[in-house]
Amino acid sequence: MKTYLIIIIHLFVCNIFIAIFLPHAVYSSTPEIKIGSKKFTESVILGEIVTHLVKSTGEQPIHLRELGGTRVLWNALIRGEIDIYPEYTGTISEEILAGEGVHSKEDIRQALIKYGIMMTKALGFNNTYAIGMKEEVAERLKIQKISDLRQHPGLKFGFGNEFMARGDGWPILRKNYNLPQQDVRGLDHDLAYRGLEKGTIHAIDIYSTDAKIQYYELRILEDDLGHFPAYNSVILYRSDLEKRAPHVVTVLKKLEGKISESEMINMNSSASLEMVPEGQIASDFLSGSLSLETESYEETVAGRLLRHTGEHLFLVAISLSASIIVSIPLGILSAKMPGLGQVILGTVGIIQTIPSLALLVFMIPLLGIGGPPAITALFLYSLLPIVRNTYTGFQDIRPQIRESAEALGLPPGARLRLVELPMVSRSILAGIKTSAVINVGTATLGALIGAGGYGQLILTGIRLDNISLILQGAVPAAILALIAQVCFEAMERFFVPKGLRLKPAS
Amino acid sequence: MIDIQGVSKVYGQTTALHSIDLTIPASQTTVLIGQSGCGKSTILRLIIGLVQADSGSVYFEGTRVTPEVVISLRRKMGYVIQEGGLFPHLTAYDNVALMARYLGWSDERIKERLDELAELTHFPSEGLERFPVQLSGGQQQRVSLMRALMLDPDVLLLDEPLGALDPMIRADLQVDLKRIFQALGKTVILVTHDIAEACFFGDIITLLRDGRVLQKGTLDEFIQSPADAFVTRFINAQRSPLDVMGKDSR
Ligand SMILES: Nc1ncnc2c1ncn2[C@@H]1O[C@H](COP(=O)(O)OP(=O)(O)O)[C@@H](O)[C@H]1O
Ligand SMILES: [Mg+2]
Repeated sequence: MKTYLIIIIHLFVCNIFIAIFLPHAVYSSTPEIKIGSKKFTESVILGEIVTHLVKSTGEQPIHLRELGGTRVLWNALIRGEIDIYPEYTGTISEEILAGEGVHSKEDIRQALIKYGIMMTKALGFNNTYAIGMKEEVAERLKIQKISDLRQHPGLKFGFGNEFMARGDGWPILRKNYNLPQQDVRGLDHDLAYRGLEKGTIHAIDIYSTDAKIQYYELRILEDDLGHFPAYNSVILYRSDLEKRAPHVVTVLKKLEGKISESEMINMNSSASLEMVPEGQIASDFLSGSLSLETESYEETVAGRLLRHTGEHLFLVAISLSASIIVSIPLGILSAKMPGLGQVILGTVGIIQTIPSLALLVFMIPLLGIGGPPAITALFLYSLLPIVRNTYTGFQDIRPQIRESAEALGLPPGARLRLVELPMVSRSILAGIKTSAVINVGTATLGALIGAGGYGQLILTGIRLDNISLILQGAVPAAILALIAQVCFEAMERFFVPKGLRLKPAS
Repeated sequence: MIDIQGVSKVYGQTTALHSIDLTIPASQTTVLIGQSGCGKSTILRLIIGLVQADSGSVYFEGTRVTPEVVISLRRKMGYVIQEGGLFPHLTAYDNVALMARYLGWSDERIKERLDELAELTHFPSEGLERFPVQLSGGQQQRVSLMRALMLDPDVLLLDEPLGALDPMIRADLQVDLKRIFQALGKTVILVTHDIAEACFFGDIITLLRDGRVLQKGTLDEFIQSPADAFVTRFINAQRSPLDVMGKDSR
């Protein structure tokens, strides 16, 4: 029993250390200013710009990057898990407040106030759907506006599948502009770009600030009939910020009207084509457009790795040790009370069948974003191997051993402590080892809900299509899992009694 | 010393004991014998309270064995099973000392008692630091016996203590066991299915069959006046090769 107390005390001490020394984006109760961004490059760049600005006021900003889609960001904002995030007017009216019938900027502003949310004026650029053509083809055919397409019925169009189906997509576009083209197919966006290069496709749908506009030398056709709704970039922030940090609101307003479409396209292509870090891009923009010199807190690769390692360890250590503390007693209970045991084993078994991604997402409505929901999901996920191994360890104790312990006159508590627990120690340790390896791997998903860790690098790598970045997250995660495994194997020497590790004499 | 009164025990469909009455006299070796499955182990388990009687009662030194008092009664009994009863995670020394430590004996007192027991059971003292897997079958049984004797119990219960041993080792340990019983003068209940072993240890033998006491007496009485034909068959079935050869040559 002493050894078990020692394990548990150890775990607690480790956790307290980690919790003190790694005060990362995990607690939602600190008085910092939290900025969120969606999981695409433009949003991350805008998030970085805001972060730099907030920092220039002397506040401590935290940027929760690539948190997810519109719903996740919006919910986090109204719950106060983040204070600020960049959004688009079209998204607010068509998606967030869909059905409330808000269209004008003033409508939107009024509607948002009900939620305690404020909106800046437009930052300048409009990131809407648009129709793009190769510059040289458009020039040759003298096409400037979408209505010019009417003169060229033989052109071939390749549209993303989403655009083929959207409310403001191809079917309505064709009707509004009375377009005659027949050869129109739905295909993957990347293929569409390639088709454009080869000349098998002449026009595609595109976001108007897409980085590839420059790369592929595209001309954006003017929406002369005003078909596409405006997706003006704005910044949303909680109204309590006006009291809490009025100077932050003031600097946010400095961005109004300051980012032009071409500037945004440039920044997007720096990030996704030239792999310039978003922080650097944001800093360059601020010094160029607002003459605001900010220290670009560019992290070294090692520094970043260290930070993500810290975040990852934090998630794993807390969730795993909580799981150990809870599941060993659950395993013992299951072994001692068969009826209750069926319920316990059944329940932890069912938890394990929930896909880890789904489990994480289920946590968002309950616990919001960040560390706590990720830790809770990881905790639940780590239960089964330990509970089951503890349980089977008890089942595997030979009846003669149980009988001998009982016949000696040891009361039940002493039998557990002196005989049964030492005998199942190996099995319990094996369960913990399995849990640790699963936990380290699953924790990479924590980045999806803003908990950081190695998953953040993987996520960014996927967004930027940057294999090296993905590996910078995946390889350390794999190494950490291996280290955990080796550590728990080494622990056998301390926690499994020597008599159980010996081979029988022949 | 021990009184078993009208005790029955049923396991699911199997009736292990049919209303048994048995009195175990103090300071003597009582031998229970019978075929496998006749209920011998069940009687020992009832006495030490590992199982509860479905009807009837077991009295130990005048106290009824019930779950409430069984823990303290067990400390006055020593129990040795056929094999595999030693705790594999503890050395021989720690196996023997476990209960005394739990009861708060001082280290010196434990050491003293262990030396005494090692000498009594002819167990080599260097073997005390070994783990059960590092001991031979005979040595393991000596450790089991030491563990049973550690608290100087009033009664020793031995369930086929020699059953898993090779014949030579078995013969050695038999002699040692008998010497120990005589030296200690304790009440002993020994279970066996071997008639020669039964005669070696006890003057009075209790023969069980299908959960009933069939006959109680000396070997002579079993041969001269068997309770029924089964008694004769049981004895004949176990005669040694030497007996058989001797009869043929006559
Ligand atoms: N735990 C148990 N569950 C079911 N049946 C049992 C159990 N223990 C013993 N029995 C049955 O009770 C009968 C007597 O068993 P036991 O006392 O162990 O016999 P013996 O020791 O004479 O070989 C046997 O038929 C055995 O199968
Ligand atoms: Mg038996």
